[in-house]
Amino acid sequence: MPSETDDAFVRSPWMAFLMSISVATMYRGCWQWMLLVCLLSFPLFAAAQSESATGQSARLSDGAAQSLLTRLAEARNPAKPAVIDEIAMSGDARARGWLEAFSASKLARLKDAERFLIIDNNRGREWAVSDALSGESAGKVSRRDLKTLRSNNSLRGHIDGVLSMIDLSSPDAEVRLAAARGLRGSVDEAMAERLPSLIEQEGDDAIRATLKEALAIQQLEANGDPAALDTLSGSLNAAAIAAINGAAVSDDPQLAQAAKVALAGIEQKLQLNSGLETLYFGLSLGSVLVLAAIGLAITFGVMGVINMAHGELIMLGAYTTWGMQQLLPGQPGLALLLSIPAGFLVAAAVGVIIERSVIQHLKGRPLETLLATFGISLILQQLVRTTISPLNRIVVTPEWMSGSLMINEALSLTLNRLYIIGFALFVFAGLMLIMRRTRLGLEVRAVTQNRAMARSMGIKATRVDIMTFALGSGVAGLAGVALSQITNVGPNLGQNYIIDSFMVVVFGGVGNLWGTLVAGMSLGLLNQFLEPWAGAVLAKIVVLVFIILFIQKRPRGLFPQKGRAAEG
Amino acid sequence: MPDSRSWLARPFTERSTQIFLAVLTLSVLAITLLHVLLPEGHPLHVSTFTVTLLGKYLCYALLAVAVDLVWGYLGILSLGHGAFFALGGYAMGMYLMREIGDRGVYGNPELPDFMVFLNWQELPWFWQGFDMPAFAFLMVLLAPGLLALVFGFLAFRSRVTGVYLSIITQALTFALMLAFFRNEMGFGGNNGLTDFKDILGFDLRTDAVRIALFIASGVALGLGYLLCRGIVGSKLGRLSIACRDAEARTRFLGYRVERVQLFIFVVSAMLAGVAGALYVPQVGIINPGEFSPLFSIEVVVWVALGGRATLYGAVLGALIVNYAKTVFTGIMPDAWLFALGGLFVLVTVLLPKGIAGLFAQRGWGRRSQSSAAKTESASGSRPIEEATA
Repeated sequence: MPSETDDAFVRSPWMAFLMSISVATMYRGCWQWMLLVCLLSFPLFAAAQSESATGQSARLSDGAAQSLLTRLAEARNPAKPAVIDEIAMSGDARARGWLEAFSASKLARLKDAERFLIIDNNRGREWAVSDALSGESAGKVSRRDLKTLRSNNSLRGHIDGVLSMIDLSSPDAEVRLAAARGLRGSVDEAMAERLPSLIEQEGDDAIRATLKEALAIQQLEANGDPAALDTLSGSLNAAAIAAINGAAVSDDPQLAQAAKVALAGIEQKLQLNSGLETLYFGLSLGSVLVLAAIGLAITFGVMGVINMAHGELIMLGAYTTWGMQQLLPGQPGLALLLSIPAGFLVAAAVGVIIERSVIQHLKGRPLETLLATFGISLILQQLVRTTISPLNRIVVTPEWMSGSLMINEALSLTLNRLYIIGFALFVFAGLMLIMRRTRLGLEVRAVTQNRAMARSMGIKATRVDIMTFALGSGVAGLAGVALSQITNVGPNLGQNYIIDSFMVVVFGGVGNLWGTLVAGMSLGLLNQFLEPWAGAVLAKIVVLVFIILFIQKRPRGLFPQKGRAAEG
Repeated sequence: MPDSRSWLARPFTERSTQIFLAVLTLSVLAITLLHVLLPEGHPLHVSTFTVTLLGKYLCYALLAVAVDLVWGYLGILSLGHGAFFALGGYAMGMYLMREIGDRGVYGNPELPDFMVFLNWQELPWFWQGFDMPAFAFLMVLLAPGLLALVFGFLAFRSRVTGVYLSIITQALTFALMLAFFRNEMGFGGNNGLTDFKDILGFDLRTDAVRIALFIASGVALGLGYLLCRGIVGSKLGRLSIACRDAEARTRFLGYRVERVQLFIFVVSAMLAGVAGALYVPQVGIINPGEFSPLFSIEVVVWVALGGRATLYGAVLGALIVNYAKTVFTGIMPDAWLFALGGLFVLVTVLLPKGIAGLFAQRGWGRRSQSSAAKTESASGSRPIEEATA
């Protein structure tokens, strides 16, 4: 839920109820398919419902509620659906909680008493329970004193449908859409009769289409309706595909044939979608590589300094994010935004210290620079390990970055990766601007091309060195801020990226920012496209070997520097 | 200085080699005698544990000599020599695994334990022949040698040098580490090869075998040192120094630089393999951790501390750093990485010629060092086109 609406939700019990519904429907949608997963998530259910039930004015009197539940408990199984319907129709805010608890076998009755309880936690001998009527916690009760109301699969299916029907008349379009999505594959005959009128009333196109699909699935499964098959033919929904699969093996040869055609079309669409998904993962991995490597492209590519501590500068950026979030508890989003400049400054400052204290003494000795900066990387790692912790720190992902963007049934893009792709492009564009359009960039390029000449033109080469190194290090810090959102923040974070980063820079061609972008993206894509048939580790090995071989062919990378700069 | 004597005999006339060999022989002898002759409780008695530890150091020293040969005399900073060391170790480990026979946990006479555990039905082809010690010992040389040959051929032919070469050697060992971590590779995956019982029919856990391995490590170090000294003093060695200091100039003089580089690189890789092979029976395990880039780069720092292009400096550096590591990780493990990191920085910034450079400054062994001193001064001020290429 978006944070700015939190207040409204808390104030209105009805909205709180809806919130719990939407949470619950999300789970219910996959019930048909992943019963196991759902069973595991029942504690969540219970939590959601007990929250919504507290402090609400029930429409049913306690006596009426008690009698309804008693009937539910005492009715024989064939008679139970009717009672369930009655409970659902009562309009009571607690009804959902009861039904869900019943369906999860978490509605229990105290032995030798009439009181109904909802089991919140059934670990151990003493079970945590809350009162079904008041919703208040009732402490712990020995499991021997409880008599759980048993439900079965057909009852669960029924409850499922009944609850969706309640949601479908909700005023909130989101809730209706979620309910409609959950309905697909779980429509039974009774519901199928009521659906057409609901579809009629529905104003929202997306919801109506989803409802039609849900109805068509039932029609296809129950009657083998060819018209239903037409409705479903482009769908990527798992339930729809299952229904078509069923139709493909039906006795009616015409229907089977049509279903097979539809399946082929769906198969093609699915493949396209999985291709797009791989592309997305590849681009997101690629942008992570670009972010990690682009600072290196500046220090190594432009200045010719091998900074093995680059990975640790990334790590410092990530830890800055963590530190910011510790300083601003409860506001992870603000902390993340603030840590963009903070991460840059911290890493840049450390970079300047490294440059002044070590690297400037090793000018013209690249191999020694490599060793010394490697030593610095060990020291920084150990410093974090001793002063903060050897364990991974938890960096919270702000709400506007979590979740995913659903393109269609088979393709959804996770938001945090989308943000990182955007951030990488943003950083890249910023660096390009600095190198091409500012005085600093001009001076950096001048010093790179011909240091002596640049100095004789009055450029302070030492100052340029410091600024360049600070810029490269700062960008590493930015990479760290971004990485903190997708990987574990620990002392080894930098180590994991340093070899990859060097590979990207070397592959792209030293001293060329465009080369870094292209190389990072293509290595990311290559890795993701290899992964399905080679596995993650083997894909990485193949990529490494590929780069090693590539360097043999083109020792100066994809985009080698040309002209005199290449000789220097 | 043209010399009519054979290249391998010549080092015996060098003062530094004489001193090194004498010191090495005497220390190995002394430790052996102190271990064998003195009773257990005697204050000067050297325990089996210490003997094994020292044997391990000697293997590291041989590895450092191999790295010094390519870095000091050829100007190639290999950050992947750990890979050759580990390959030699794996070849030895495979032989030791086959020696276990049916005494493993699963008692399978044909398959090592981890293969039984992974439900493999038969020995993979690359494990064939490792039950024969002669074949296994040959592979100790051939496996790293072949890898170095292929890798070096590709790299030197396309004139990949300097920092680029360092980075791709690091990528090489990293890729191998990832590969060896995989169970499907057939080298024991994460756990590596361990649980060894015998070597050449002798029980590995007995004192006699331990001291024999220690002596073997000492002998290997001595021979490796001699070999390197011989190469370095020969015409080939002078050529390799020429490649280091002015690669383009040497090429223009008509020498095939890449062949020189390839030869020295392969020899060095084989030496590293031998070091690994002697290391494994002494520590009793070989796992993919030996391939880690950190280990390879640590070896480079041993050489840098001791002083590159001296060979004896490499030995000295390996012994000092590893002794320090043992002490530090024993008393305050947290401080070790600080110390190691600080060592990297201090040595490169303040001691570019290492400890051996200090010796040379004081005038120790100057007469015998005339050739080495020249190369050292050359390495300090490398021509600019080499340094930035």
